[in-house]
Amino acid sequence: MLDVRLYMAQRITALLMAPLVLGHIAVMIYAVQGGLSAAEILGRTQGSVLWFLFYGTFVVAVSIHGAIGVRTVLYEWGGIKGMLLSVISIALGLGLFVLGARAVWAVTFA
Amino acid sequence: MPSDVLKVEIQRGSLEASHTETFEVPAYDNQTVLDVVSWVQQNTDPTLSYRFACRVGMCGSCAMMVNGVPRWTCRTHISKVLDGNKVNIAPLRNLPVIKDLVVDMDPFFDKWVEAEGVHHGTLTRHDPIAAIDEESAARKTANAGIECINCSVCYAACDTVTGNEDYMGPAALQRAWTLLNDAKDEGRNAILDAVSGNGGCHNCHSMGSCTTYCPNELDPMSAIAGLKRETTKRFFGRGL
Repeated sequence: MLDVRLYMAQRITALLMAPLVLGHIAVMIYAVQGGLSAAEILGRTQGSVLWFLFYGTFVVAVSIHGAIGVRTVLYEWGGIKGMLLSVISIALGLGLFVLGARAVWAVTFA
Repeated sequence: MPSDVLKVEIQRGSLEASHTETFEVPAYDNQTVLDVVSWVQQNTDPTLSYRFACRVGMCGSCAMMVNGVPRWTCRTHISKVLDGNKVNIAPLRNLPVIKDLVVDMDPFFDKWVEAEGVHHGTLTRHDPIAAIDEESAARKTANAGIECINCSVCYAACDTVTGNEDYMGPAALQRAWTLLNDAKDEGRNAILDAVSGNGGCHNCHSMGSCTTYCPNELDPMSAIAGLKRETTKRFFGRGL
């Protein structure tokens, strides 16, 4: 069910996410000082290549990592196998990517 | 002994139609779970099916679930597992039941072969025997796992096997790991390919039941972690 390629994809995305999560939490703590407003957030992110890459990478990593993790749960706990398992996991990964990518695009270059 | 008579619940029948029967067995000093099962078969119900051979923890054929825990019945003193004067005995988990306490071990052994748990030699009988350095790190790693006697206790204890029928399980993967570290075995790539597939070492969740329940006190979980390390090294060695 989990071959070496899926295993490596999940581990590498985990390694990518570790610093991104820390950065995300640090910015959250920094950003809420003195109240939070949409204007303040957009002021930081709009037109920023850095934030686009930061959250863009994050979204790609989450989509791959989460889809593989849920795939394992569906197989071992849900008994879903074969083509159906692949279709659900790929749909989940794409769904996460679309949701995340839309949000990243909206706060940077939209 | 809390009582002179033991109440022994034994699972009977096949997996499709199993039921539990309770037998009364006289308690003795120095009585193993296997002694209890044998007493039932010899004195109460000769149709009770079970397996054993050596009775001293060498052959690996008498493993059963005792109060829900996989154990060698020949090396388990009944006084250690009694709940009051009761004990429940069932066939090994994660394997198809043939009858009563006898399971079909084929899936277990098929997975040993699937994991390349076979000798990959390159020498012939005309070559000198390969010299083994007993002090080398690889030999020590191999030695740590070679006392496995294929009893399937780890396989029965593994929750990942329960949820994932393709998973090779701890014993097969540990054998692959010992061969990978054996200077006499030349099957490195075949082994790493075999344990990198759908049912391979990457399915292990490191829950550790194999290591907890191994009656020989082996550590299959660490062996599987070793396979994960070696396959990862090879993955990066080949380039992304």
